[in-house]
Amino acid sequence: METKTMKKYTYTEKKDTRSGFGAGLSELGKKNENVVALCADLTGSLKMDAFQKEHPDRFFQIGIAEANMMGIAAGMTIGGKIPFTGTFANFSTGRVYDQIRQSIAYSGKNVKICASHAGLTLGEDGATHQILEDLGLMKMLPHMVVINPCDFNQTKAATIAIADHHGPVYLRFGRPNVPNFTPADQQFEIGKGILLYEGTDVTIVATGHLTWKAIEAAEALAEKGIRAEVINIHTIKPLDNELILKSVKKTGCIVSAEEHQMNGGLGDSVAQLLSRHYPTPQEFVAVNDSFGESGTPDELMKKYGLDTPNIIEAAVKVMGRKK
Amino acid sequence: MADVAQLKKVCTQVRRDIVRMVHAVNSGHPGGSLGCTEYFVALYFDVLKHQPRNWNMNGAGEDLFFLSNGHISPVYYSALARSGYFDAKEMASFRKLNSRLQGHPTTHEGLEGVRIASGSLGQGMSVAIGAAVTKKLNKDNSIVYSLHGDGELQEGQIWEAAMYAAGKKIDNYIATVDFNGQQIDGSTEQVLPLGSLKAKFEAFGWEVLENNAGNDIEKVLEYLNKAKTLLGKGKPVMILMKTEMGHGVDFMMGSHKWHGVAPNDEQLAKALAQNEETLGDY
Repeated sequence: METKTMKKYTYTEKKDTRSGFGAGLSELGKKNENVVALCADLTGSLKMDAFQKEHPDRFFQIGIAEANMMGIAAGMTIGGKIPFTGTFANFSTGRVYDQIRQSIAYSGKNVKICASHAGLTLGEDGATHQILEDLGLMKMLPHMVVINPCDFNQTKAATIAIADHHGPVYLRFGRPNVPNFTPADQQFEIGKGILLYEGTDVTIVATGHLTWKAIEAAEALAEKGIRAEVINIHTIKPLDNELILKSVKKTGCIVSAEEHQMNGGLGDSVAQLLSRHYPTPQEFVAVNDSFGESGTPDELMKKYGLDTPNIIEAAVKVMGRKK
Repeated sequence: MADVAQLKKVCTQVRRDIVRMVHAVNSGHPGGSLGCTEYFVALYFDVLKHQPRNWNMNGAGEDLFFLSNGHISPVYYSALARSGYFDAKEMASFRKLNSRLQGHPTTHEGLEGVRIASGSLGQGMSVAIGAAVTKKLNKDNSIVYSLHGDGELQEGQIWEAAMYAAGKKIDNYIATVDFNGQQIDGSTEQVLPLGSLKAKFEAFGWEVLENNAGNDIEKVLEYLNKAKTLLGKGKPVMILMKTEMGHGVDFMMGSHKWHGVAPNDEQLAKALAQNEETLGDY
């Protein structure tokens, strides 16, 4: 019954979110001459080559020196530039935490920290590179905006949108090809979640690569007669409190889904919101206090419990916890 | 030409400000501040092209200064206040609750003249390079200056930045190292020998000047002016400036013990007696 009335999300191709960043940066470079890009020897991996070719005078190859990159970016804002730094998420956060904390966040500098290859879906390179703590590290910094878009189009739109926000932003994206279902003309608004499915039985909030899996889960739940409300939370901070609270008041339970540690991630922010304003049973689809390992992205997402069946299972479980 | 006699008078007032600030809150870093007094006075009262009374963050068309070793905030605040960035009276709020004069300099409270937070060491050279790159992009011919502690050079980020500045020909930038040979736990020789800083920076591709008299205002001016003549030639410029920690207060001179210790009432009186009040105490 439900499946017939449900809107069906479709996509014509799978694309990587890092390419969305590259495309957004290139477009931004053409329309805003204050935008500059810095990279620590990962230009191809971050898909920054287009910007580099189009604006060689505004592209800065820093070398393998991420701490220096963050400091240079902070300094470049003095005089009006809008620096976008690019490296892997691991080297964009943990490696340079104090540089970001003092020279960027505390100093209130208009730097956009753009981080690729986040999470398990980095794949075969293994746990040294699969950071699962970056959202937590960044959201703890006062006034840092933290964004984790879900597909190519959303990442592209987010990249363009953050140039208009004055202040530090952490933009996290990844390596694998994932369904590109966000409409190309969808406006990106920092801090505003996107209601993908309306439902009454359970709320699923998902960020990044888990968003498509949440859509798949909702479709499977609908076949069981369960109406799941699915919200894509692309901005972890500031969180769309209003949309989440409105949803749980209707459904009475919630599942959070993310490619991140349970500690410090989206689910953590949601739990804090709910415990303060509307205590609600919550299940977490996230990595539970563990490092990753080598493997294909799909194998890893299965092994660490971040796959579509895990969301379905969590939804059924949390519904059983409703009072 | 600089009025050296006048600058020397400013120096004694700045030294009074330093010891009075740290004494008032029984905390802060007098040793390095006193040792860098001539540098700050030379910079803020003669060398810098700047607009203290019309300050803005971007500083277009102005020379910019970045303090990397933020713990010597007392000398920085005194130089800023005495050169007109803010009212000297505000020095009375140093390190107190609700003050813009935080223990280490910050931009967070909007204090005029400060363009980056510093205190966690090793970050200021990268920031200065970034500001220098933006000056070039904006076709702004002004100069970027920075000051670093010698102990601070033990931080790895300094050498990332040093490699970048030379490799990418950041030649609108003059860095200075406060070479006083002291750090918290003792002399740099005891804690971690720095080796030949001249050889190190030259090997990285910098133009290096050695000023062995960093507490002689005329020498400080001479070296800063000499450094300016070396700009625009494809190399960043480094001044290795020998100073004496605690200079100008006899019982503090040359010892690491006054790195982060404030004088008591009696010691304050002694220190003030050695430094003439020339611009009026705040």
